[in-house]
Amino acid sequence: MAEIVRRNKPLSVSPLKTSQPLGASLAILGLDRAIPLLHGAQGCAAFAKVFFVRHFREPIPLQTTALDQISSIMNPDDSLLEGLVTVCEKHRPAAVGLLTTGLTETQGTDIHRVLKIFCERHPEFRAIRIVPVNTPDFSGGLESGFAAAVQAMIEHWTPSVTASGVQPGHRPRQINVLCGPSLTPGDLEALKELIESFDLHPLLLPDLSDSLDGHLAIDEFSPLTTGGTPVAAFATLGDAAATLVIGASLYPAAERLAQRTGTPLHRFDHLWGLEANDRLIMTLAGIAGCPVPARLERQRAQLQDAMLDTHFLLGQARLAIAADADLLHAACALGIEIGAEIVAAVTSCRTAVLERIPVAQVHIGDLEDLEQLARRNEAELLLGNSHMADVAQRLTLPLLRMGFPLYDQIGAYRRTWIGYRGSRQTLFDLANGLLGAHQQPVTPYHSLYSPKPDHRPEEHGYETATASMDRHGWH
Amino acid sequence: MKPSDLAALVDEPACSHNLKSKSGCARPKPGAAAGGCAFDGAQIALLPIADVAHIVHGPISCAGNGWDNRGARSTGPTLYKLGLTTDLSEQDVIMGRGEKRLFHAIKQVIDSHAPAAVFVYSTCVTALIGDDLEAVCKAAAQRWGVPIIPIDSAGFFGSKNLGNRIAGEAMLKYVIGGREPEPPPVDPARPELRVHDINLIGEYNIAGELWHTLPLFDELGLRVLCSLSGDARFQEIQTMHRAEVNMVVCSRAMLNVARKLKERYGASWFEGSFYGIRDVSAALRDFARLLDDPDLHARTEALIAREEARIDAELAPWRERLRGKRALLYTGGVKSWSIVAALQDLGLKVVATGTKKSTEEDKERIRELMGEDAQMIDDGNPRGLLDLARDTQADILIAGGRNMYTAIKARLPFLDVNQEREHGYAGYQGMVTLARQLVRALENPVWDAVRHPAPWTTLPEAAHG
Repeated sequence: MAEIVRRNKPLSVSPLKTSQPLGASLAILGLDRAIPLLHGAQGCAAFAKVFFVRHFREPIPLQTTALDQISSIMNPDDSLLEGLVTVCEKHRPAAVGLLTTGLTETQGTDIHRVLKIFCERHPEFRAIRIVPVNTPDFSGGLESGFAAAVQAMIEHWTPSVTASGVQPGHRPRQINVLCGPSLTPGDLEALKELIESFDLHPLLLPDLSDSLDGHLAIDEFSPLTTGGTPVAAFATLGDAAATLVIGASLYPAAERLAQRTGTPLHRFDHLWGLEANDRLIMTLAGIAGCPVPARLERQRAQLQDAMLDTHFLLGQARLAIAADADLLHAACALGIEIGAEIVAAVTSCRTAVLERIPVAQVHIGDLEDLEQLARRNEAELLLGNSHMADVAQRLTLPLLRMGFPLYDQIGAYRRTWIGYRGSRQTLFDLANGLLGAHQQPVTPYHSLYSPKPDHRPEEHGYETATASMDRHGWH
Repeated sequence: MKPSDLAALVDEPACSHNLKSKSGCARPKPGAAAGGCAFDGAQIALLPIADVAHIVHGPISCAGNGWDNRGARSTGPTLYKLGLTTDLSEQDVIMGRGEKRLFHAIKQVIDSHAPAAVFVYSTCVTALIGDDLEAVCKAAAQRWGVPIIPIDSAGFFGSKNLGNRIAGEAMLKYVIGGREPEPPPVDPARPELRVHDINLIGEYNIAGELWHTLPLFDELGLRVLCSLSGDARFQEIQTMHRAEVNMVVCSRAMLNVARKLKERYGASWFEGSFYGIRDVSAALRDFARLLDDPDLHARTEALIAREEARIDAELAPWRERLRGKRALLYTGGVKSWSIVAALQDLGLKVVATGTKKSTEEDKERIRELMGEDAQMIDDGNPRGLLDLARDTQADILIAGGRNMYTAIKARLPFLDVNQEREHGYAGYQGMVTLARQLVRALENPVWDAVRHPAPWTTLPEAAHG
């Protein structure tokens, strides 16, 4: 049970936190033929767009209602209506995520009311599913924005049992998987394969591995996402045999889904390391009612072997980690499982899962806090986003890149962390980070009474025994 | 910011947009807008000032999503690269604690980083709740004895371009004129040389390209008092009023600075570009002409002759490989013609150029360069650009980073010429980099590989054949 240390300084230096509209946009980008529309000034969308373009190295569909100072105060609703019409008319999307920003939340826009007006005035766009999400950037962060969007999709698009006649288990092979933002497109691919190996049909929600996995499409241009969860699939959520949720940030959304549809819910904080994946496999085997495929047993044995191979290096290794809560939890759990010490754990926002992280303290803070903690507690390895490259350089420590944003390495956005295989690779990479770096060999000692014939005292000098003992830290 | 001040910035009289009946920057269309906000523009313009702490006063989006994403380089301090924000919470917004938090934030950064100055940027939310930026900055400056400069740059004030001007205005109002420059150092090799002071306005040292042109100025005895704002220091900005000539580099964004330096201090100014051999030489000649120094004039001509000959020789093999290649250029404003010249220098044919932010004057120069029937693109939506590339049989799209994935997803070679790019193309030497990058983009074998479908998709025909 971790002690949560709150932010105690007025200025955030090298922020770790990113914003709610960004997280909600990411969730929308996991839907097919979709586009997020940010209700705010142009910059709100421009910064979000650049952020994701740099991270995924993909074109990112994202639009804005482009408020100026007059419309911000006098009539933001008109800009919102105009923006919706333009997006719907120009691109004919399947889904639009209508997201607020700090500006429009401060101003007090009621997007739900405006959306109602839009639907009344424009029946011609009835087929387009628009989901309104409140995402002020003065509270929460990427994770909570993502969760708010997923929850809104479920509220708006999932028919309840009573209304629609869906029935849990009606599609006995379908498994709903609510996927939190700590999962990369590579993670989602691995998760799909894993579930399919039990002859189950995973319905990922949202599915970034189908939209932002970095694939060269046949069409040369699309103003919308070119993959992701189809909006129509929401109608079938209630027919599934079970729902898995990966990432504690999505638990409220998953519980809402379970409530509406009655599908049994299986919660996973993360899928890093042996224990978490054992539990996933047992759950899937239970749902599928079939034995565990031999291939998975082999992968598990490989992970165990990797744990043995790396424990020499990673046992008592001092890790400093900065990430949003779910990812921080995952990385800490893997570290603990291999016997490492978490000497700094920094996260962006207060969430319920933090208290479950098996470390002494979790700091709500920024990368300056991470740097100070890592320095003070003599960290040996860093885990965090690309902004931490400068920290790593100043501390001359290796950095394993994870989280958002990742812009200084090609392909980092799609790395697979989860499952037996992903966990194995992570252990290898952590151990390799320590190999060669920061070895602390014994300093050569030149004896006074038994000098080597080739030793030149004018270079090294003879030291007194006590000075030598001081240097070796024996006093 | 007062509406009248804002209107004055929008109606920049030196900008020829405003000479026509429809004046000012066009209003973006909700749902079909591209580009950043005024806050974005103000930051772009000032962030490269290396020894300043740049604090973003607002909730997390404005700094958290976008810090450290620019390519401006510094010869020394790295303070400018730190993301600093008051990261306002809901409680701060509701209870009006923003000003207090800002005041303490300024103290924190002064204590931990001893900056030459602190710039504080307002954002939409802090403007909307009415935080008095100017008063907080004034109080903090008095209390801690460090210059604290308010930049009133709420995003909703308008476009990125307007943000550039807001930034320039803040420099004029609070910084420029605050210090006299030291006498220039004496070059022992040329102790008698008369050194002139100049400024480069709108040069951001992207990818270090200022360092391509700075040696030329040194050789000519032109001291760059300040480059606003590439690799600049706070005290250099303070001395900008002492330049004899200002060059507005490749952008109309900060024309207001040049115009007001002329009004207040009498420094003449001109617009120019460091892209392309012709334009670099023209810029150097403009300095010599405006400084009215016959000796400088002669030295400038000698330098131009030497550099042009040298670079022509170095470029010869590259020109061979680039001759006749067809480029579609889509970039804004001054670059719509300045890069045309650079590409033509290299032997490419520019089949069309973007004129979205260009003025009548810009368009006239385009016609001079590309002929009367030059094709100009006003609306650069991605679909339209790709259609045009196909119709004009373009070999490469040259544009800003936002269009990079438009091009490469369509299997069209691409070169980035905007501010996020990683290569410096300015100056004579920059032309070699430009040529090398063009060849790298055009001649790569991947284009062939990505244009062919998977072999099995054509199998049935093969079986029949």
